[in-house]
Amino acid sequence: MTGADIAARAARQAVIPQASGADRAFSGFFRALMYGAIGVSLLALVTLLYDVARDGLPNLSWDFLTSFPSRIIPANSGVESAIYGTLYLMVVCAVIVIPLGIATAIYLEEYADRTKWWNRMVEVNIQNLAAVPSVVYGILGLAFIVRGPLSLGRTVLAGGITLALLVLPVVIIVAREAIRAVPPSIREGSLALGATQWQTIWKQVLPGSIAGIATGVILALSRAIGETAPLLVIGAAVSPRFNPDGLGSAFTALPIQIFAWTQDANREFVDLAAAAILVMMVLLLLMNSVAIFLRNRYEQKW
Amino acid sequence: MGRRTSLVRRPTPRSRFEGVIRALLFGAAIVSIATTLAIVFSLLRETISFFGDVPVGDFLFGTKWTPQFAGDQQSFGVIPLVYGTLYLTAIGLIVAIPVGILSGIYLSEFARPRVRKVIKPILEVLAGVPTIVFGYFALTFFTPEVLRNALGIDVNQFNALSAGIILGILVIPTIATLVEDAMSAVPQSLREGSAGLGANKVQTAIRIVFPAALSGVVAALVLGASRAIGETVIILIAGGQQPRLSLDPTESYQSMAAFIAATSRGDIPTGSIEYETIFVVGMTLFVLTLILNLFSIRLVRKYRQVYE
Repeated sequence: MTGADIAARAARQAVIPQASGADRAFSGFFRALMYGAIGVSLLALVTLLYDVARDGLPNLSWDFLTSFPSRIIPANSGVESAIYGTLYLMVVCAVIVIPLGIATAIYLEEYADRTKWWNRMVEVNIQNLAAVPSVVYGILGLAFIVRGPLSLGRTVLAGGITLALLVLPVVIIVAREAIRAVPPSIREGSLALGATQWQTIWKQVLPGSIAGIATGVILALSRAIGETAPLLVIGAAVSPRFNPDGLGSAFTALPIQIFAWTQDANREFVDLAAAAILVMMVLLLLMNSVAIFLRNRYEQKW
Repeated sequence: MGRRTSLVRRPTPRSRFEGVIRALLFGAAIVSIATTLAIVFSLLRETISFFGDVPVGDFLFGTKWTPQFAGDQQSFGVIPLVYGTLYLTAIGLIVAIPVGILSGIYLSEFARPRVRKVIKPILEVLAGVPTIVFGYFALTFFTPEVLRNALGIDVNQFNALSAGIILGILVIPTIATLVEDAMSAVPQSLREGSAGLGANKVQTAIRIVFPAALSGVVAALVLGASRAIGETVIILIAGGQQPRLSLDPTESYQSMAAFIAATSRGDIPTGSIEYETIFVVGMTLFVLTLILNLFSIRLVRKYRQVYE
């Protein structure tokens, strides 16, 4: 029981006159409103899952997972190239975002002097980047990575870099929180024993915060693989009948395949979108389970 | 000046290594600055060449957006796209503001720890569902089965009502979580003082804690609006692609983000006017969300300063 509860009970019992009937009626009404509000989210989630499962489950089969998309016959269509594309993108994205995100977080938490304007600028800039619409990252990818200065073409590498830039702020923000949770006494103890600043970070701070950082990375990657808009803008392939075979290959991804199917006039193709959504949600569920496992297994209590 | 005194330590290999590490880490931090610069540079370059062809006034104040037409029919007035974006966002916020704020108040002031442990993950899952899934849901369930069949509203297959409401559902977790954070940051002493004066829990929550957290609540709403404005796929799938200036929610509208995604499919020739429209609309969207984001970052800093 919180202090407020105790104080409120004492107040009601002793000094203060009983709350009027109108006050009590309003309290009940307001509580009902709050339950209703929570109910909206719950109802939305349940209906959404029901809708996707109803449309998608009948189409889910081993053949669906191991076939290329067909533009003519829904029954022969599948998501193999989309699954491969999504996995490729995830690997490229992870390879870029893990070192960059952690390094930036370490810099901001362990080195940056917050009274210096450039460090504050980096900080505000990251907060702002986290809220830039994903479609704008698509424009960046199109004009800067696919064409323009980097000219990588519509490839796995270009898609992966675009998604990495998109989720980099998420990784940085979560990693900073994990690093901040390591108590200063650990650092002071290490420094007092003669370790340098980097030795302290490498041997004490990072091992102590790795669970939180890993959770953040997985969170960011699961956001990356669900993104549709940036990949549409940079021009991911639609329904290719081949898997990517390297960083320079054309690609599609699960969200792009889902989008393509929702645009089809044939209702049977639209149902395939639901089946592909189920595949994507299972992948997301797996990733989140790993995150929860890591958090429970390796989280440090100080 | 240049003379080295005995107090200054000479760099050892170890301290040089520390310096290199520091420089590398700073280099990583610079990447995020470079990303912003690259975004601005990409947008600006094509925007400038767009305004070489189309007068700024025609773009900002024109009420017809028909870049796909040729000759006299072609018109580049951005008003219908900005209007469509704000109209859809407004529908979303009508849903998300009351639901998000009430959920946030409940989580911060009323929910018992055990209930919170159930509700927080539900909101997290809702926040983690990819937006394409919401788009699918709006198109295949909310429009035909809820709006048409259950409520009997005669809506277009692509309509603002369905896309807007689902957009609202999408931003509920954002608003609820930030409102909860803002209200939890209000010191306990304020609640105890209020209870000591005889206020009940609802009165304390509404008249004491909520006003004290107001700047954080406003920041939550601004960030929610910014998310809705930038959302692409729900509107692209369920809202349609028809630029329109109207108040009829049963019709199809187009937003800025949806226009960008619908137009850019990777194979537009660089330098064509069509290619440039992506960037000039992108610039408008970027500036609009930038203003909202900076405003909300400032508000959050303000309430943190007051109570921490």
